[in-house]
Amino acid sequence: MDLAVVELSRLQFALTAMYHFLFVPLTLGLSFMLVIMESIYVITERDIWRTITRFWAKLFGINFVLGVATGLTMEFEFGMNWSYYSHYVGDIFGAPLAIEGLMAFFLEATFVGLMFFGWDKLSKQGHLLVTFLVALGSNLSALWILIANGWMQNPIGSRFNTDTMRMEVVDFYSVLFNPVAQAKFVHTVSAGYVTASVFVLGISAWYLLRGRFTALAKRSMTVAAAFGLASSLSVVVLGDESGYALTDNQKMKLAAIEAMWHTEKAPAGLTLIGFPSVKDRTTHYEIKIPYALGLISTRSLTGQVQGINELVLHAQERIESGKLAYAALEDLKVNRVDAAARATFEEHRNDLGYAMLLKRYVGDPRDATHDQVMKAAWDTVPNVPVTFWLFRIMAGLGFFFIGFFALAFYFATVRRFDVKWFLRTAVIIIPLPWIAAEMGWVLAEYGRQPWAIEGVLPTFLGASSLTVAQVWTTIAAFTLLYSALAFIEVRLMLASIRKGPETRRAADATSIAPESGAGYAPLPAE
Amino acid sequence: MAIPFDYESLRLIWWLLMGVLLIGFALTDGFDLGVAALLPFIARNDEERRLAINSIAPTWEGHQVWLILGGGAIFAAWPYVYAISFSGFYLAIFLVLAALIVRPVAFKYRSKHDDAAWRSRWDWALFVGGFVPALVFGVAVGNVLVGAPFRLDSDLRAFYDGSLLGLFSPFTLLTGLLSVAMLVLHGAGWLALKIEEGAVMERARRWGRFAAIAAILLFAIGGIMVATMPIGYRLAGVIDTAGPSNPLWSTSVPATGAWLDNYARYPWMLLAPILGFAGPALAYVAIARRKQALLFAGSAMATVGIVATVGLSMFPYILPSSIDAHSSLTVWNASSSHLTLWIMLVVTLIFLPMILAYTAWVLKILFGRVTLADVRSNPDFY
Repeated sequence: MDLAVVELSRLQFALTAMYHFLFVPLTLGLSFMLVIMESIYVITERDIWRTITRFWAKLFGINFVLGVATGLTMEFEFGMNWSYYSHYVGDIFGAPLAIEGLMAFFLEATFVGLMFFGWDKLSKQGHLLVTFLVALGSNLSALWILIANGWMQNPIGSRFNTDTMRMEVVDFYSVLFNPVAQAKFVHTVSAGYVTASVFVLGISAWYLLRGRFTALAKRSMTVAAAFGLASSLSVVVLGDESGYALTDNQKMKLAAIEAMWHTEKAPAGLTLIGFPSVKDRTTHYEIKIPYALGLISTRSLTGQVQGINELVLHAQERIESGKLAYAALEDLKVNRVDAAARATFEEHRNDLGYAMLLKRYVGDPRDATHDQVMKAAWDTVPNVPVTFWLFRIMAGLGFFFIGFFALAFYFATVRRFDVKWFLRTAVIIIPLPWIAAEMGWVLAEYGRQPWAIEGVLPTFLGASSLTVAQVWTTIAAFTLLYSALAFIEVRLMLASIRKGPETRRAADATSIAPESGAGYAPLPAE
Repeated sequence: MAIPFDYESLRLIWWLLMGVLLIGFALTDGFDLGVAALLPFIARNDEERRLAINSIAPTWEGHQVWLILGGGAIFAAWPYVYAISFSGFYLAIFLVLAALIVRPVAFKYRSKHDDAAWRSRWDWALFVGGFVPALVFGVAVGNVLVGAPFRLDSDLRAFYDGSLLGLFSPFTLLTGLLSVAMLVLHGAGWLALKIEEGAVMERARRWGRFAAIAAILLFAIGGIMVATMPIGYRLAGVIDTAGPSNPLWSTSVPATGAWLDNYARYPWMLLAPILGFAGPALAYVAIARRKQALLFAGSAMATVGIVATVGLSMFPYILPSSIDAHSSLTVWNASSSHLTLWIMLVVTLIFLPMILAYTAWVLKILFGRVTLADVRSNPDFY
């Protein structure tokens, strides 16, 4: 196992996944906002809403295409860089990816062409249906990829097959309805809706500040404020902390996020802020809210939230047990009908993955010393300060968005579209939802370490047997290619925003032309 | 619940379905790749290029999903094949990936600026995005036929001896060129259906005629090479068609001419190579007689026939190893578990008909030839 290849493969996966997720949240949210806007057009039959829909659809298209292009990388990369992982869990992990293709990708990709090219070929209702199918397709694709990701965090419904040396599915239903996956799905798509709302609100605010396309901007802002308020509430209230009591790794992640070194008497307090120190294994200057953590994460007054030290001791026990499973498996490889080995394996099979953690320190886990077991047990602790701070920034941004959209909703309701400081804020904060979303992913996946599949397969064992030169080549090429595309994308986006909506018909031109800001007269239908 | 199909049948069904998906990709996205590869040769100015581009612009994205689905389905149903081919052909796969990343962007972005240099750069990107995948897919298929240099250890972890340059041999170059000829012909076939008569279509016909002859010749030479060169493997010993998916338990021996065994055993399989020859021949005749629908029918037959020939010739092999007798992947030793194959079959049977139905609906909505007048007037065009 070449650890340099592992680290480079992780770097490449992280870079390409984070880059991919620059485009995904906007696709998830903007697609549904297009449905809302176009629905208003179909209901009111006012041409301004057609212009609005077409304008945001243009920006949607520029973003969507990069989401598709970079998504292809993600699917290929499991096989390219994580070949042992793909073999080891492909029986379960491959299924949601294939279903994603069947159920979601075909839907969005087939109809997205019609959405752009079908304005004159379809009835109004027909085109709205097409736009809706694109939104449905992209959101369904998030569902399936999060079922796959949720299984990595909580690998239920599967067991190891000694004949094929891999995990195989035993209960597909529980893979589908994995509570971790459900929580992640709601949290992730809500984050996408917030992103799109901030994007639409920010650009509309910019138009209002400049007194351009105000009719479009005011209406877009109203839609974004309402959609954003609902989504920002959902993203925080339905945050995925609810899944954190389920597995050892999830418990460890929670303990790391909270920098909770020791188990506290239930219900545990929530650390609002502090300075966790890995060296001292303690958190300095912490400010705590009593009872809050126990209540949030166990939904009860008596549920225990375990601390890092206790979880490490537990990991140590599982490694010792896993060594027995590993030894039995080696015997079964030689003689698959060895009854004694089979019995030992059955007893300790759930800890096989823990023995594999030892492979970082010793070729054969059966030979591991006590020191090596302790090292491996401490490996199960993710980087505490990083997870601690990432979570606080992400959650802080989440609460900020609620306040921001509440204010936006208020201003939109009382038709105050001229509050300069608010409009300026709306423009400045456009990047924040992306920052929050990326931090959320780093927290979820970096917090999952050392596991690729929690408790089943350590990350460092999942990589392909590539050479350092090969992976460097692709990292360099990806960096060049992706940087160029990002540069071009942002330029096109800005050019399209500066240009504003296209006015095809005389009717549109009159409803948009007044740039004084006085052009918006509320109509009964609105 | 008991699974109504036995393991052996499900493996066979999934081998067929993998074929259906790959043929679906070659049939649909194949002509998109072909049109893109033809772009610099059939269009001389911006309007002509836009004519060709907009003949595929609304639908190429849906077509590419055949490849994405093919990847996902191979991951789900044939995890070994996915794991070993994508990592074993690492840099080649990356080349395809880079080309396929550039392609959608080129479609979407090229016409956003009215600037000759900008558009010319994206047109070259489109050409690369069509030509490179067409070539590399063909080279990869050639390497699958001769076997890839990988071996499995007792944990079933794969190791490789190959390199990017090692992928190129006279035989694999030939399969690469055959793939290009086949897809260029198919691209010409699509243009014949989808754009108005005129200079662009004339040039597409000329290139199509050339591609049809090339496809017939290359396919024939490929067949001769397979018959006479040390290409091909046979399974030795007892074959457990319903046993656990563990390649280490089966043994392969290299054997010249082994890829032709199946045609003696199952003569109906000869239908595939016959189509592979008849398709380009029909296309050639159709070009001479200016029958446009017939040209597309011919290029489609060629595509189905040639891709099916590869799969049928190798059966039951999917990816043989050229360096280890106990690592080759076959239909009987490289699949997912019985349960996963069954679940995925149910899901496929539900969604594949739906996909075909709405794809047909979209094609119907977009029915009709693209004209230069459209290119000049339609603001939604690329």
